[in-house]
Amino acid sequence: MNEKKLTKGDLFNMFIRSNFLLASFNFERMQSMGFCVTMIPALKKLYQGEELKKALKRHLEFFNTQPFIAAPIMGITAAMEEQRANGVPIDDASISGVKVGLMGPLAGVGDPIFWGTIRPVTAALGASLAVAGSIVGPILFFLSFNAIRLATKYYGIQYGYTTGTGIVSDVSGNRLQKLTEGASILGLFVMGCLVSKWTSMNVPLVVSTITGADGKVVVTTVQTILDQLMPGMLPLGLTFLCMYLLKKKVNAIAIIFGLFAVGIIGYACGALK
Amino acid sequence: MSQLQMVLLIIVAAIAGMESVLDEGQGHRPLIACTLVGIVLGDITTGVILGGTLELMALGWMNVGASMAPDSALASVIAAILVIVGRQSIGAGIAVAIPIAAAGQVLTIFVRSATTFFQHLADKYAEEGSCRGIEMCHFLAWTLQALRVAIPTALVAAIAGTDTVNMLLASIPDVITRGLQIAGGFIVVVGYAMVINMMEAKYLMPFFFLGFVVAAFTNLNLVAFGVVGTVLAIVYIQLNPKYQGSITIVDELDL
Repeated sequence: MNEKKLTKGDLFNMFIRSNFLLASFNFERMQSMGFCVTMIPALKKLYQGEELKKALKRHLEFFNTQPFIAAPIMGITAAMEEQRANGVPIDDASISGVKVGLMGPLAGVGDPIFWGTIRPVTAALGASLAVAGSIVGPILFFLSFNAIRLATKYYGIQYGYTTGTGIVSDVSGNRLQKLTEGASILGLFVMGCLVSKWTSMNVPLVVSTITGADGKVVVTTVQTILDQLMPGMLPLGLTFLCMYLLKKKVNAIAIIFGLFAVGIIGYACGALK
Repeated sequence: MSQLQMVLLIIVAAIAGMESVLDEGQGHRPLIACTLVGIVLGDITTGVILGGTLELMALGWMNVGASMAPDSALASVIAAILVIVGRQSIGAGIAVAIPIAAAGQVLTIFVRSATTFFQHLADKYAEEGSCRGIEMCHFLAWTLQALRVAIPTALVAAIAGTDTVNMLLASIPDVITRGLQIAGGFIVVVGYAMVINMMEAKYLMPFFFLGFVVAAFTNLNLVAFGVVGTVLAIVYIQLNPKYQGSITIVDELDL
């Protein structure tokens, strides 16, 4: 029997399909259909008849992870299926085991990197240009974010496929833990910067108005005092309040509406500008 | 609004809806969606400004695990249409965007539950060994997400700019729109708090405070902060004794 081998074209086809991973997201099995549809080019190449049916069912089971970081999992799954199709004794459970075993830890890396760092940074960069009316803002965000995303997915699938099950030892070893910890450090550092730079709160309540000897009027507001202590102190306090409320399971939308009320009432009584 | 614009708006809305479930190309983010609406309606600048403003508010809205972000796709498209067609202020745009994002979230939950139907249909096709069938289920479920935004958009686009709608928007008192705009400056902390909670490990919080202080007292831009943060992460990992288990300390006296 000829050895069945996935080609570069098959992997590229999977890469294209992986861009639609979440299209059929549902609360029952989440990304399962997306994962199966991504695997179809490989499965069709490797199996026929009854074997194909079993393979399709195998990949319709629960799956959920960060969508970009799913790429290496797809690659490694393809590698395992390829070995299995060539007679290596790999049972269903070990393929599922690898998928399930990887999706949690990898989401732990992908969420802080992509949702916690790269998107807020590229979006804040784009938005800060956009509020001044520059079309460069959205274009910059779109191009930079998608370049990083597509590269991650493309090389992720290749990496997963060539490394194969070797990736599992990466996960159980230190490497993934290092990556997760490093990503969280970067994410938290950037969040600190954003809280300070990309928020605006101004309390214009006047504390004192002093007319200097040269006739210049120096108005001291609550905000000037706060800024002398530490710029951005109010947003920092508000961030901690929100973190506390979210941990107490208060709905984010409820908090947002609460803050709107603060803004409106604050403006109405002159405490915020 | 011409008929062509109407059709294009519905297409933009459908794209935003499809992107909002995928979370891939980011076409559902206010920055992109509002800009696209601006292009269709011939007022790019307003679209871009509204997009940037809403984007800053929605910076931390994200889908993590099974939890869902407020619906930025529906909010962005509808707010942009109302602001541009009705020549409203950015503040009025914020005022409509937030309640719509909340309502859209409910709609999203509904659609994500409804797509379970296709999941079971896909099981049946797998039983028959039909790859085509599974693909069909997958992409049909996707079209529901497109309709989720396209239908409400079509309804709003049909009435946008009419006297009634403009009167309603104009009747929002100044204190509300100004107050919302002010709140828009710090509402973003909700998103930051979500992100921090997701990553938070108490022993790593010093990096958060470091970032805060460095940003407060320097004029670095975001790219520089990203580089500094990466360097900190690498140095931390390199120096952390936890990761140096393989290196044993050799006591010279024992040799």
